[in-house]
Amino acid sequence: MKVSYFPGCTLKNKAKQLDVYARRCAEVLGITLEEIEAWQCCGGVFTTANDEVATKLSSVRALQAAQEKDQALVTVCSACHNVIKQTNHAMQTNASFADKVNRYNDTPYDGSTAVYHYLEMLRDLVGVDKIKEKVVNPLKGEKIAAYYGCLLLRPNSVMRMDDPENPSIMEDIIRAIGGTPVIYPYRNECCGGYVVMESPEFAKKKSNAVTESAASFGASRMVTACPLCKYNLEKNAPAVPVVYFTELLAEALGVKEDANA
Amino acid sequence: MHNSNKKLQQEIIRISGVNPKKCMRCGKCTATCPAFDEMEYHPHQFVAMVEDGDIEPLLKSESLYRCLTCFACVDRCPRNVEPAKLVEAVRLTVIRQKDANHLKADDIPAMLDEDIPQQALVSAFRKYAK
Repeated sequence: MKVSYFPGCTLKNKAKQLDVYARRCAEVLGITLEEIEAWQCCGGVFTTANDEVATKLSSVRALQAAQEKDQALVTVCSACHNVIKQTNHAMQTNASFADKVNRYNDTPYDGSTAVYHYLEMLRDLVGVDKIKEKVVNPLKGEKIAAYYGCLLLRPNSVMRMDDPENPSIMEDIIRAIGGTPVIYPYRNECCGGYVVMESPEFAKKKSNAVTESAASFGASRMVTACPLCKYNLEKNAPAVPVVYFTELLAEALGVKEDANA
Repeated sequence: MHNSNKKLQQEIIRISGVNPKKCMRCGKCTATCPAFDEMEYHPHQFVAMVEDGDIEPLLKSESLYRCLTCFACVDRCPRNVEPAKLVEAVRLTVIRQKDANHLKADDIPAMLDEDIPQQALVSAFRKYAK
């Protein structure tokens, strides 16, 4: 199966592991991520104002590129996924916004592309049982704390990934690859996000609360899908090692070393 | 209410799509906000002040730049008021003015370290500048 893939700015630079392992693991699981040609940056955060049009055009172009190939659109960065999914939702539900956007387009876009986060692709297109079958290096019960942060789950009325207050998508995958998921109260609280630029102290406080919570529940590693979460947690609260969930998956599927080549 | 405030209030309500009159003042948005203790005006106060047309203090407040857009208040509001959208609309009415960017390109080098992801920069620019 082939899907359209939107890597995003950071996956080409500071978060290369997130990208490279995502592609390798997908191949093992029977899915090819076809990178969208000449994709443009999503902007990092969705602008909620109704009259913001230009800031959402890059997402619309990516959605349209996937539609032209009759493929689902998959992103692995939590931020890109959040922006693209919210933009797609606005195209489906806000006629006056869609009308303004389509004045920039040669062919109108109707919001019909299916948008998946890589985790949803694993759950809904691959299936947790298939992941289990492909594991060659099980994690031997290692206690892993999944960190959702804010972008994967909210706003739930649009994202619809999982129960926003008690998610299980990452825990189910951790279990499938032989780990023991750690359920801790701060797993869906914010790390401090982009405010770290102006106020590193603030990000430190927010990130500390998250890693201390994970550590107090016995986690030996944390996993995330967001480069900014990873940065904040590592920089401001280095209590527990943080890796991208794709890296953990690559370990279990036996393709981690290959991916470094 | 002063006329200019009335106009601002209508503009903020229009671009946010939020109806502040739905708020029942339970304060759950503020209780769940990860940045509430960094804010001079808390999320529930934003809603009340926009409803009252008391907008001038909000335009000058650093609180505008502490919202993380984490959507916790949006998801957890029992009345579906969506306070974060109101904060965003007030912030936009400020930074859309001439030379009113909160973050300038020249500020960036001092904020960088070798690990900071591109995502932090693009997100901060998206929220703080036009």
